[in-house]
Amino acid sequence: MGGSVRIATTVNGQAHEHDVEPRLLLVQYLREVVGLTGTKIGCDTSSCGACTVLVDGESVKSCTMLAAQADGSEITTIEGLAQGDELHPVQAAFHDQHALQCGFCTAGMVMATVSLLDEIPRPTERDVRLGLEGNLCRCTGYHNIVQAVLAAAGTSR
Amino acid sequence: MIPAPFDYLRAGSADEAIAALAEHGDDAKLLAGGMSLLPLMKLRLATPSVLVDVGRVHELSYIRDAGDHLAVGALTRHRDLEISDVLAAQCEPLRTVASEVGDNQVRHRGTIGGSVSHGDPASDLPALLLALDATFVVQGPDGERTVPAADFFRGFLETALEPDELLTEIRVPKSPGAGFSYQKFQRRAQDWAIVGAMAVRDGDTRVALVNMATTPLRAVAVEEAIAGGASATEAAERAAEGTEPSGDINATPEYREHLVRVLVRRALEAASA
Repeated sequence: MGGSVRIATTVNGQAHEHDVEPRLLLVQYLREVVGLTGTKIGCDTSSCGACTVLVDGESVKSCTMLAAQADGSEITTIEGLAQGDELHPVQAAFHDQHALQCGFCTAGMVMATVSLLDEIPRPTERDVRLGLEGNLCRCTGYHNIVQAVLAAAGTSR
Repeated sequence: MIPAPFDYLRAGSADEAIAALAEHGDDAKLLAGGMSLLPLMKLRLATPSVLVDVGRVHELSYIRDAGDHLAVGALTRHRDLEISDVLAAQCEPLRTVASEVGDNQVRHRGTIGGSVSHGDPASDLPALLLALDATFVVQGPDGERTVPAADFFRGFLETALEPDELLTEIRVPKSPGAGFSYQKFQRRAQDWAIVGAMAVRDGDTRVALVNMATTPLRAVAVEEAIAGGASATEAAERAAEGTEPSGDINATPEYREHLVRVLVRRALEAASA
């Protein structure tokens, strides 16, 4: 039992093909197989959102998805947002608003924000707080995070 | 945390999924969005030896106006329910409750059929579908059958589904303009309901409860009281009758019984406002 399954993915624009164990989680695939460690493993129970990445443009918790389920998908991780030296508008807003303390939740917060602003381009503060309910900041640094999302919504039109 | 090893099969259609279940029997589990099953597998509370992935059976992802009811494909994601114009016009309660399941990330993956098949008494949608008198369409090796929501939830994570059957469609009566409220009590925004109460009022009043027994259930005593002319406050006093709440880290059974009386009153009042 177990065997392996052949999957093809596009991660941050780059095509990959691998044989993986069926039980390999997407977050492990990204970190250990593809080698992109920007995506963090936090709670590992689908609660904290630190492992958030985009699958076909939508935020998902990569600790609660099999790599096999992502076969054929376009995946975007935190490493795929910046264009060369130019930060993505959401990254720039997090930087400008000092929207991080320890930084562990930041990659997940940024990815969840990119997905949220795609769905609600001009959010209210309430939209932002609800939209990021799946991402926890153990430093409780939510105030600046919410400000950053609102700033990004204003500048990324 | 890593699930125990399993064989992975991907079904391209409902028929393929049912054939795979017939071949592998009790050892196989269906995987839709995985929002309930994968956490159980990571904790090794579930150790199926075969996973049949139905996540790409796109023929089961739809929301259709079927005349006197709406037909919702079992693999329709919570996100698709949340943004559905058909639901907004014809069954706003289903749209509203779908928008309160988990968080954005969960709603991007989780499906209505997965939630119903899992049959968790703490889930939002099973209780709503009870309150709406929905009907479930189930397909197995011998064809199709329909099961009323009232007969579907049998015990803790136990439903009327046989091991070789697949839930394919949820039929929801139209309820344009129905009064509705879902009162979900939780510690953190994304959590399961510690207790939930929902009321649908469209001529008669139907009330369903979340996390008050081993299955989602209707608050029959409350419904009878309202039908007999009681006020929301009077009827809500009977909200804990017939319930069997468990105690856990979040609440004792007594606290849940208190909560349900308060939440049912609020739901009844908000649904008639």
